[in-house]
Amino acid sequence: MSDFAQTGFHPTASWENLRLRAGLLHRLRGFFARHDFLEVETPLLSADTVIDRHLDPLSVTLFDDPRSPAAGRSMWLQTSPEFAMKRLLAAGADRIYQVTRAFRGAECGQHHNPEFTIVEWYRVGDSMATGMALLGELAGELLDADGVSLVSYGEAIQRHAGVEPHSATVKELAAAAKSHGVAIPADMPSDDRDQWLNLLLAALVEPKLGIERPEILYDYPASQAALAQVRNDTPPVAERFELYANGIELANGYHELLDASVLRERNRQVNSQRQAEGKYALPEESRLLAAMEHGLPNCVGVALGFDRLVMIAAGASSLGEVMAFPIDRA
Amino acid sequence: MATYKTSEFKKGLKVQIDGEPYAMTEMNFRKPGKGAALYECKLRNLVRNTMISKTFRGGETLESADVEEIDAQYLYRQADTFVFMDNKTYEQYELTAEQVEDNWKYLKEGLPCSMLLYNNNPIAMSPPNHVELLVTECEPGAKGDTATNVTKPAKVETGGEFAVPIFIKQGNVIKIDTRTGGYIERVSN
Repeated sequence: MSDFAQTGFHPTASWENLRLRAGLLHRLRGFFARHDFLEVETPLLSADTVIDRHLDPLSVTLFDDPRSPAAGRSMWLQTSPEFAMKRLLAAGADRIYQVTRAFRGAECGQHHNPEFTIVEWYRVGDSMATGMALLGELAGELLDADGVSLVSYGEAIQRHAGVEPHSATVKELAAAAKSHGVAIPADMPSDDRDQWLNLLLAALVEPKLGIERPEILYDYPASQAALAQVRNDTPPVAERFELYANGIELANGYHELLDASVLRERNRQVNSQRQAEGKYALPEESRLLAAMEHGLPNCVGVALGFDRLVMIAAGASSLGEVMAFPIDRA
Repeated sequence: MATYKTSEFKKGLKVQIDGEPYAMTEMNFRKPGKGAALYECKLRNLVRNTMISKTFRGGETLESADVEEIDAQYLYRQADTFVFMDNKTYEQYELTAEQVEDNWKYLKEGLPCSMLLYNNNPIAMSPPNHVELLVTECEPGAKGDTATNVTKPAKVETGGEFAVPIFIKQGNVIKIDTRTGGYIERVSN
């Protein structure tokens, strides 16, 4: 019997969930239409890619000669449509969204599939507050919730892990993990606060977020700004936010970084961190930088994992229950 | 000895930690926000039958446990000891009731099963996915009732009890899925 016969050709999702999925997609498009957003499409294959320490893009060889398919230009499968959509903003777009596929290497589990459906949108003129309000309205509508709660990253870590995340030392973060009985990986670095914050967030905070109704976590540590602006409070925080429901992360948003020189500097840092971890480097120059130098308008952008949203709406506990063919049946 | 990378972690993996064999009973891949990947595992100590939780970062490895899986068959029960035989060498192995766990319900004479040996000592067994068992005791069902969603308890030849459809009678042979303990079908009258 072949492997195919053993795993079967059938979808892993029920028809009921696939119908729910189609219905949510329809409602989502209706929501953006009502808010005057233009639906756009951008390429899945791109010469440049988002530079993130923990996002590992897959590549494809664009061969010229089918007799030597390994030779040719290497293109990235997008990890999100962020770069292309920002180029549209720099070229004059003002409210855009798209529903597309994103790909992320080495991400596979109950709540991860290497290929997934991403909904991403940008609105020019938003502050973090108005951007979060729009996300809250969408989440409330699609999950039939009565609004969403807001909690800052600092409050959430303080409440569930008992430590102040913006100022605590690695020692204090490690002590908080230990006193809460967190299973600590053997090789945790002693000079990397973000790794410890990540562990506390995963083990103690995330499972408690969005239980009664969807919840938005905002004001991340400046060291985790990614492509968000940093606000010069004391301490400085990244204007970044994430939506959770039932302890599952559903969306990530930024009050977008506009300064190309800051992005260049972050790219350089991220690449050196990646290489220190033994990962491949990513191209630091991109058409996004060119667009930012031309001028990116002030905006908020959000990316939402559509499969996870359907999973929560369906009351399911794994993506396979709401995707026709997850990666092991793809 | 083979090593497993975090990307190969999955339920059922047999690994060695601090010199002892463990079976991975749960594996959750977590990646909060833009953070690093974490592999949250629950592991059962195969010798002492205790559970531990461990979290790994991407790129870590675990050694495979020095366990051997053999084809065996169930012979008989002696008080709290279950006796099996290696199909190749005819050597006999004993497991305690604790090591057999809930699987005693499936153990009828001659049942083929797989056994796990650690340093040549038996530590666990698992039955085939489907086992056919003779119903020895159950309430008679209402005549003509062929519904499968209404169930009643039935006792089988091993002494185990399963939920079966109303139409099942004493003397029927039924097929049970050992992974769930659920009734699959009637095999014979």
